[in-house]
Amino acid sequence: MSFDAALLKKDFPLLQRIINDKPLVYLDSANTSQKPQQVIDSMSHFMETSYAPINRSAYQLAAESTDAFENARSMCRTFINAPHTNEIIFTKNTTEALNLVAQSWGGANLRAGDVVVLTHMEHHANIVPWHMLVQSHGIQLRWVPLTSDGQLDLTNLDELLKGAKIFSFTAMSNVLGTLTPVKQLCAAAHGAGAIAVVDGCQYVPHNVTDVIAWDADFLTFSSHKMCGPSGIGVLWGREELLNAMPPFMGGGNMIGDVRLDGFTCAELPAKFEAGTPPITEVIGLGAAISYLTAIGMDNIRQHEKETITYALSALNERYGKDITIHGPTDPEVRGTALSFKFKDVHPHDLSQVLDQSNICVRAGHHCAKPLMRLLGANATARASFYLYNSLDDVDALVNALEGAGDLFSL
Amino acid sequence: MPGLEDLYREIILDHYRTPRNRGELAPPAVKAEGHNPLCGDEIQVYIDVADGIVRDVKISGQGCSISQSSASMMSAAVKGKSIDDIRNLVRRFKHMMSIEEEGNDSPIDESQSLGDLEALQGVVKFPVRIKCAVLSWNTLLDALNNA
Repeated sequence: MSFDAALLKKDFPLLQRIINDKPLVYLDSANTSQKPQQVIDSMSHFMETSYAPINRSAYQLAAESTDAFENARSMCRTFINAPHTNEIIFTKNTTEALNLVAQSWGGANLRAGDVVVLTHMEHHANIVPWHMLVQSHGIQLRWVPLTSDGQLDLTNLDELLKGAKIFSFTAMSNVLGTLTPVKQLCAAAHGAGAIAVVDGCQYVPHNVTDVIAWDADFLTFSSHKMCGPSGIGVLWGREELLNAMPPFMGGGNMIGDVRLDGFTCAELPAKFEAGTPPITEVIGLGAAISYLTAIGMDNIRQHEKETITYALSALNERYGKDITIHGPTDPEVRGTALSFKFKDVHPHDLSQVLDQSNICVRAGHHCAKPLMRLLGANATARASFYLYNSLDDVDALVNALEGAGDLFSL
Repeated sequence: MPGLEDLYREIILDHYRTPRNRGELAPPAVKAEGHNPLCGDEIQVYIDVADGIVRDVKISGQGCSISQSSASMMSAAVKGKSIDDIRNLVRRFKHMMSIEEEGNDSPIDESQSLGDLEALQGVVKFPVRIKCAVLSWNTLLDALNNA
């Protein structure tokens, strides 16, 4: 299929907005993505026709609602090629999914002195839950360093993994754009007897995901970064691991039985889904998966590879030494998150200037402060592209940077 | 939509390019640190207080043009002033930023000129940047509370 980002953009009502007589150039999809009409309609339609409690009422409407909800779970399974549908656990987002793994698997299996290995390019959601286990359980953290071009430095990986219980890493850096060698990292973790936790919140929205091919143990991702609504995310885990884990939160839906002197857990996936979930949001996530699948994840990745290739060369050609782009230069190993330093202009000021042209970029530490310290910056500006960004959007960014340097030259 | 010229007045850019009172003061000067958790900006304010007067003030840290120029102007405005006058000035400045002190309905003394600080009033039109402008002022309050 021929990929036409400008045509796809028409599916996104918000991207049609005109502000101060200028079109919107949304380059902040690594932060959160916009929503196509198909997703918006699916959620409205569900609330207008089929909204009802799931899993707990006998009437027909509740059965319809439950079917739609479970159908979305099944779509999630297909989307990441998971072996079993009951391995798909709905969470609030990636952050909650990683906390679930840390608190439940980590809490039950880690003892003082046990080692968890992370990388230097993780965002806070894959750092702080493990720091919390350092405080509560006395575990140790080890960190995979980075190469000068922002890839993982795997020279001493086997040494770092020696004796480790968990290796938790991102499949794509939200700051550097780096795509990590997930399959190789999973194999290295298993070789050392550790389980492999893959943070897919940046990767899954943009690429074909196959947890079987990766041989991963856990995967996390968020709906809101992949054209779906906020408030819903996914934890996938191997059935035998999930079955052996204690529950994360207690409440309705996650129980087998409750007595005055205790409780038993429900089977998967309900065991990890306490309380009424965001039902409509799950329907929206299902619609987002339908939307992305119809376009084709391989087509989206191909489009984004072309976009980042063009952006890297356009920015470097126009601005040369005035711009420093962080992360790998090879589009084969990077996604579309593009963090950069422009002259001496502080990212906040840069973002303010770009906002005059309705260009939305993120300025800040990207919830990855350890990585920012490594880059020697308090903040960077980050443009990130998605399926609805055409090369015209790249040109808009390149052109709008002109002048920012003059205003703030020291 | 307000234009960039409302925000980036020449006097602001001057303080940004040529910040006043940069540096550090050794103890017994009081040091306070401020962070903007949204953007990672960090600032350190040092004050040397004697007989209720801020004799000297220094600023270190990193930030955007608004946070840096606001810190620079603040340092120039408070140096040599009494703690009471400075607390009033902080309240006035935050009032200009649309931030009111909760539970304090007493009238604000507006007899003294704000001087260069007036240039920052355009920040109010850019609500996201108010936090940048008040970072150094809140940090100064922390330092005063510890002096």
